[in-house]
Amino acid sequence: MTGKQIAEELARTRLEDGAEIDAVDHTGKRGKIVKPKKRKTVTDERILSVQDLHVTFNTYGGTVQAVRGVNFDLYKGETLAIVGESGCGKSVTSNAIMGLVQQPPGKISSKGVHFKTQDLTKLSKKEMRKIQGVDISMIFQDPMTALNPTLTIGEQLTEGVKQHKNLNKAQAKERAIDMLKLVGIPNPEERLKQYPHQFSGGMRQRIVIAIALICEPELLIADEPTTALDVTIQAQILELFEEIQAKTGVSIILITHDLGVVAKIADRIAVMYAGKVIETGDKREIFYNPQHPYTKGLLNSVPRLDLAGGELKPIDGTPPDLFAPPTGCPFAARCPFSMDVCTNVYPEVTALSETHKVDCWLQDPRAQKLIDEQAFAR
Amino acid sequence: MGKYIFKRFLMMLVTIFIIATLTFFLMHAVPGSPLESDRNTNETVQANLERFYKLDQPLHIQYLSYMQSIVTFDFGPSIKDPNRTVNELLARGFPISFELGIITILVAVVSGIILGTMAALRHNKMIDYAAMAFAVIGISIPNFVLATVLIQQLAVNWNLFPPATWTSPMHMVLPVLALATGPMAIIARLTRSSMLEVLTQDYIKMARAKGIKPMRIVLRHALRNALMPVVTIMGTLLAGILTGTFVIEKIFAIPGMGKYFVDSINNRDYPVIMGTTVFYSAFLIFMLFLVDIVYGILDPRIKLHKKEGDV
Repeated sequence: MTGKQIAEELARTRLEDGAEIDAVDHTGKRGKIVKPKKRKTVTDERILSVQDLHVTFNTYGGTVQAVRGVNFDLYKGETLAIVGESGCGKSVTSNAIMGLVQQPPGKISSKGVHFKTQDLTKLSKKEMRKIQGVDISMIFQDPMTALNPTLTIGEQLTEGVKQHKNLNKAQAKERAIDMLKLVGIPNPEERLKQYPHQFSGGMRQRIVIAIALICEPELLIADEPTTALDVTIQAQILELFEEIQAKTGVSIILITHDLGVVAKIADRIAVMYAGKVIETGDKREIFYNPQHPYTKGLLNSVPRLDLAGGELKPIDGTPPDLFAPPTGCPFAARCPFSMDVCTNVYPEVTALSETHKVDCWLQDPRAQKLIDEQAFAR
Repeated sequence: MGKYIFKRFLMMLVTIFIIATLTFFLMHAVPGSPLESDRNTNETVQANLERFYKLDQPLHIQYLSYMQSIVTFDFGPSIKDPNRTVNELLARGFPISFELGIITILVAVVSGIILGTMAALRHNKMIDYAAMAFAVIGISIPNFVLATVLIQQLAVNWNLFPPATWTSPMHMVLPVLALATGPMAIIARLTRSSMLEVLTQDYIKMARAKGIKPMRIVLRHALRNALMPVVTIMGTLLAGILTGTFVIEKIFAIPGMGKYFVDSINNRDYPVIMGTTVFYSAFLIFMLFLVDIVYGILDPRIKLHKKEGDV
């Protein structure tokens, strides 16, 4: 589906959701497709599979173990949110997938980071460039710094398609205009000639999204895409994500520490702590049935309107030093349910359902007694 | 844009006026006069000479007549060498000095930027260390020392280049090398540090994430932003190169303007001092104006003029 068609389609479906329209779908097949009522479809086609990803950085102060064995899968059309506090390895994980970790000082090891059939960790830089921006795109946190101040929006939009898809100037420009329409920027022809400083923050983030989508990627990694924006703009940008996903079927990895954002658009959530995914599950499982004490703590520290008078409960303590991460569960030192075993041995994965998995000793049958006692004490 | 240039032009005139005034009074504050010499001259002859050159008149009258000469750009004949007018000296010397200066600037800017960029891209590698060691040496050695070393080694000992004068491209190598090394080293260091900073910026990371070729990232995305500080110091470097030409022209016996400038001050040759000073300063001010224009071209955020409808 080209950007233009998407834009037209968007314009039409804003009026009538569920209309039957003639369009080319994401794989390039032309035919009648019935637009779902603004609801995307998650398929079981696996797009990305990260297995035992480790990322370390050599610094003068020693070796930082930023990511310590991360596993997750992502399916076509799905939105996976990676949640966690600052410094837990969310961004490093996404940079590693994207091939943006400078080596050295960084070092990546894994049992494979498969994008469809290709192992991204085995590609040369040149081969990786054919995937970057084409099949996998990235959206950065701060739209004020992500755009080059000395180049026009038009050039920054078109340089990718020109290089990757061999479009000529006119075709690239047409494509760029379509993309700006898609992300909702008025007067695209005029705007192409302007520089980033002539746009507001929200507009710039729309442009960053347009740049990321211009080569029609299958995977979009959004690294805190709304953190730098004010709340009303945040909502607009999140809606834009949903619309685009419904139209293009793109899979999204959303990196954030904002659980409000997660609740709005994620299908599945991976909670990261100290370089590890400690709990993963679909949205309902994480929000209504969190199992890891860290996940619970994270949810407790979100302000809620429905629980009047309640106080926010922050998680006491700070994350562990990743120069020398603990051998056991990294959360043990801050965990109200911490047991002896927690500080010494890292817990095995417990699968609570097909999607819901948690790394916690409390899932061990032998720990059940302790939980009951603690619950009683509270 | 036209309005901006016009405004700048007026400012330039004011600056030149101030420089000319300062030069005039400084020049007359220096003891001695162009007519003094070791020989005892007849008093009437001396008085006649002074009258001829209007040196007997009160200072403010002299000032006005000098100002007039600047406005008409006719400085009259040199006092020491009455057969030549100041304009002739400028016409003869300037093209040569200009050639030396421009070639030096081009060499310094181009090689400095290349060296600095290479050092930044190979940060903490051999090329980086070598380039920066070279830069430190280049900054530390004064151009007149470098000039004499170059003459001794490359011209006298190895006979690779002619040691003096300004007649063929081969003659230009040593003077340009002596004059360009310092500014080149400064530009290289500055380019390196600002390039290193730019390469860590989000928009560079974003360009990488877009799968843009590394060469294009450096040339199109990074270099332009990295050059801003270099453009900023270009003003100072230009002034340095300009004064450097006096020394280098002397050492290499290049018949440029520098020789007349220095000689005129030694001789208190008032018309020549005024002529060369005003000319040099006008030229420098014009170059600084060009630097400002380049600034606006490199960074669209810097607006040289107000345009209607801009946010």
